[in-house]
Parts: sequence; structure tokens; C-alpha cells
Amino acid sequence: MTTNKDLVTSQRLRQRQAKATFFKYFCIAVTGSAVLILGILLYQIISDGYRWVDWQFMTSYPSRFPEKAGILSAFVGTLWLVSLTALLAIPTGVLAAIYLEEYAPKNRWTQLIEVNIANLAGVPSIVFGILGLALFVRFMGLNRSVIAGAMTMSLLILPVIIIAAKEAIRAIPNSLRQAAFALGATRWQVVRAHVLPAALPGILTGIILALSRAIGETAPLIMIGALTYVAFLPESPMDEFTALPIQIFNWTARPQETFHELAAGGIIVLLGVLLLMNALAVYIRYRGSKS
Amino acid sequence: MSDAVPILNALDLSIAYGKDDAVKNVTLPILEKKITAIIGPSGCGKSTFLRSLNRMNDFIDGVSHRGQILYRGSDLYAENVDPVEARLRIGMVFQKANPFPKSIYRNVAWGPGINKLPGDPNERVETALKQAALWDEVSDRLNDSALNLSGGQQQRLCIARALAMEPEIILMDEPCSALDPVSTARIEDLLFELKKKFTIVIVTHNMQQAARVSDYTAFLENGVLIEYGETDQVFTRPKETRTEEYVTGRFG
Ligand SMILES: Nc1ncnc2c1ncn2[C@@H]1O[C@H](COP(=O)(O)OP(=O)(O)OP(=O)(O)O)[C@@H](O)[C@H]1O
Ligand SMILES: [Mg+2]
Repeated sequence: MTTNKDLVTSQRLRQRQAKATFFKYFCIAVTGSAVLILGILLYQIISDGYRWVDWQFMTSYPSRFPEKAGILSAFVGTLWLVSLTALLAIPTGVLAAIYLEEYAPKNRWTQLIEVNIANLAGVPSIVFGILGLALFVRFMGLNRSVIAGAMTMSLLILPVIIIAAKEAIRAIPNSLRQAAFALGATRWQVVRAHVLPAALPGILTGIILALSRAIGETAPLIMIGALTYVAFLPESPMDEFTALPIQIFNWTARPQETFHELAAGGIIVLLGVLLLMNALAVYIRYRGSKS
Repeated sequence: MSDAVPILNALDLSIAYGKDDAVKNVTLPILEKKITAIIGPSGCGKSTFLRSLNRMNDFIDGVSHRGQILYRGSDLYAENVDPVEARLRIGMVFQKANPFPKSIYRNVAWGPGINKLPGDPNERVETALKQAALWDEVSDRLNDSALNLSGGQQQRLCIARALAMEPEIILMDEPCSALDPVSTARIEDLLFELKKKFTIVIVTHNMQQAARVSDYTAFLENGVLIEYGETDQVFTRPKETRTEEYVTGRFG
């Protein structure tokens, strides 16, 4: 059988297809170079630091002697910081999002608030550090405590959580709310039984990504004066502390080469934690899209 | 139509989205334990009118009402009326099936549960599903997700969900538009059954259906009530030529 010649690729179509092919390879090239750069970076860090990451590294305090130095106080400090931040920022952020999406009247006032929240998400983190220093450390007299750090971090990630939660809530179709209202449900019953469960995967993903940002942030912690050399573990929110990024920053600032390798080791641990959290976010998203 | 009392009564009711009236000066009684059909071309304000009867328009931004709706003689939109209480008495089935993304059982049991209706919840679910002609198809998989049901089954589930609340009035917005003739016939049988206990307002595009099931028919066009009367009269001896053209399909 012969092909109908109307169905063979025409000149005009061929041009469009050529454009499409070019664009495809262009995208692959751009993505590829980004991945390549990332790969080189990762390779350097891992080859520098992998020898140092062991049990002794995880369970030792920092030290002047590289072989004895570890990240115990920084790691535990980060755990304290993230837990307190989560405790402060998650309820506040999620409740704010629920209020803005489900309860607040849509008027100019709430619009102003929403625009401001979006802007806050773009404010450089050092500015939050300055605010934390003035408000929490000095004015409220919390000094360089974990709680001062956590409050600063909460301010930093609050806009991110609110925006993510708002988007997840907004994605729930109105027909679902109406179905519930038509059964004589109150607004809270509708939110509690239908909107929140349906929005939960999206909200959780946003929370995890926001918290992983809090783990990696350095500037605000330096600003509020987190310590760089800590040979004890915080026992209460009022205790002084250090955190992983601070410890890494401190080691990279030293002249000796060995400390740079220690810093790479710290980065590996930090990256590991971040990777785990992101994997969790992906998993939750995947589970949410299935059900 | 003289001896029956209106359980709902729209008096000179206008409903506007922003500035544009979608329903204009409609005066229409809904008689107790009767089926009232609302017919009219697409976009004439049937859904808008229906939603105003159980205050579902409250959720749409920019909707305003003029005129009155009386529920058993008192203003449904009065200050001290709790819309939640009103919706308990006046249930609704929507134009598009909107089951909760939960199990079949939970879909039906949720409303009675949060409102603490008396009696055995399992029995209530079973009764409602049987009334909606869905029980035989789902009785062995009540814990499956409602989203796995076919479109028609989902719509019957939504009907069962409304019935489980045992409201006084059920508002149905084209409940059969997604159903096959067999399910439609079953829903129509159900309507005859329900009429003994409930008052029903049904929006439909299906003239035969309106003629078959309803006691009274209202014909809306561009938000204006053109004609209202006993179904028999509206379909066989319409007073208005517009009505005649519409019900006989010579409409345009
Ligand atoms: N949420 C809304 N916002 C603004 N205008 C609306 C809204 N809903 C409906 N309208 C308008 O009101 C008018 C009546 O709409 P309605 O949905 O009540 O019609 P309908 O008779 O139910 O039509 P159909 O038979 O297609 O369902 C239409 O002109 C529509 O565009
Ligand atoms: Mg409609």
C-alpha cells in the first residue's frame, strides 16, 4: 500500500517540528549543565569530607585538634532549633492560612495582608536576623538562647508556611465545601472534616520544605549571635546554642586545611538531613496524590 | 392547589450577582409534601433560585437578595435565623455529583453524625442507600472510596446523603442529568415515594420528567417567572405562549 501524500510531513510542519526539536535539546542542555555543576560540587564536598563522617565525628564536641573535633553540640543545637521553630511556626502558620482562606472576608484589608505575607517571603534572611536581634535578643531579653533563635527562624519561615498552606487549602474544590454545608455543617466542621484532610499532603509538604530552609539558614543565626564554640548541650530553651551551619561556617573560616575537610564533613551531615526531609516531602506528596 | 400550605414562599424575590439580576421579582409558593418542578432554558436562574431556598447563595461573593423567602410564614433571611439550622431542614442535591473523597459509608453517615441524629447509624445509612436505589450495587463495599463509583452512582450517593438527614424539604438541581434511563426511572419512583414524607423542589431540563413526577411546575425565563401552576395545566393548557413553545420544544 502507498501512503496518502496528504499525510506525509509537509514543509510548514517540518519547520515547526525542527523548532520543537531544537527547544527540546536546548532544555536538556540547560538542565544538564545545572546538574553537572551540582554534581561537581557534591563530588568535591564528599571527597573532601567523607573520611571524617563517623560515629566519633557525630558524638564529639568541637575541638582545637581536628582529629578530636565533632559536631555533637551543633547537631543537637540544630535539632533544638528546628523542633522549637516547628512548634512555633506550624500552628501559627496553618491557622493563619485557614483563617485567611476560609474565614476572612475578601476585602481590601485582607488583600493587603496577603500581599504583605507574599512580600515577607522574599525578604532576605539577614533582615529577619536583625529583627530577631533587636526584638528577641535585646528587647525581650532572651539573649543568645535557642528560643530567640527559634523565634527568629519562625518569623523567617512563617510566610512560606502560610503561603504553602493557603495554596493547598485553595486547591480544595468549593463543591466539597458546599456538599458539607448543605448537610447542616458549621464552618469549623467543614474545615475540620473535609478541607484540612484533603489539603494535608500539600500543607505537610510546605511545612517540611520550610523547616529544611530553617535548618540551612546561617545568616540570621550569626546575626542574633549564636555561639561558634560550644562544648555543652542546651538543656532548656533558654540555653545558649550553636547549629550545624554555624559550625560549618566556623570551620571554613579557619586557615588550616584539615578544618576545611571537617567543614565538608559537616556539610555532608547537613545535606543528609535535608535530603531525608525532602524525601519525606516527596513521599507525602506521592501518598496524597494516590488517595 | 387551594388546600395545601406553602412551606416555602418566595415573595417578589430578586437575586443579583453584583449588579445584574439573575432572578427577577419571582413570587412562587412551594407547597408542602408536593413536588414542584422548575423548568426553563439554561442560564435562566433555576440554580440561583434553588440555592436561595436553603441559603447556599450565602457562600457566593457578591450575591444580594431583594424581596422575601418565607419558611412556614417567617423570613428565612431574618437576622436571627441560623443558616446552619435552615440547611438541616432544607437539604440539597447539587447539579454536579460532589461526593466526599471518603468511603461510601462515611459519605452518608457524616451528616447525621455531626448533627447527632438519633437512631442506629448503620440502619440510617442502609435506609438512605435503599431509598436512593443504590443499596444493591454497593452493599458489599461500603468501605470503598466513593470516588470509585460511576458518575450516576455518585449522584445517587449524593441523593442518599441528603436523604439520610431526613430534611423536610429536598432541593434537587437536575439530579438525573448524569443518569441512564434505568436509574432515572428508579429516581423518579423514589420521588413518588419521598413525596409522602418530604417536600421536593426539582430543577430539570427533561420535560417528560417534569410532566411525569411533579405536581406543580414553574417556568422561568431570563430570571422571570413566566408561568406557575399545576403541572397538568402548564403542560396541556399553558396560559402563556412562551410556556407552550418551551414545553413543546418549539423554543428559540
Ligand atoms: N457565581 C456566579 N457569579 C456570577 N454570575 C453567576 C453565578 N452563577 C450564576 N450566574 C449567572 O446567573 C445566571 C443564572 O445562572 P443559573 O446557574 O442560576 O442558571 P440555570 O438556570 O441553573 O442554568 P443551567 O440550566 O445551565 O444550570 C446566569 O446568567 C449566570 O451566568
Ligand atoms: Mg443550573
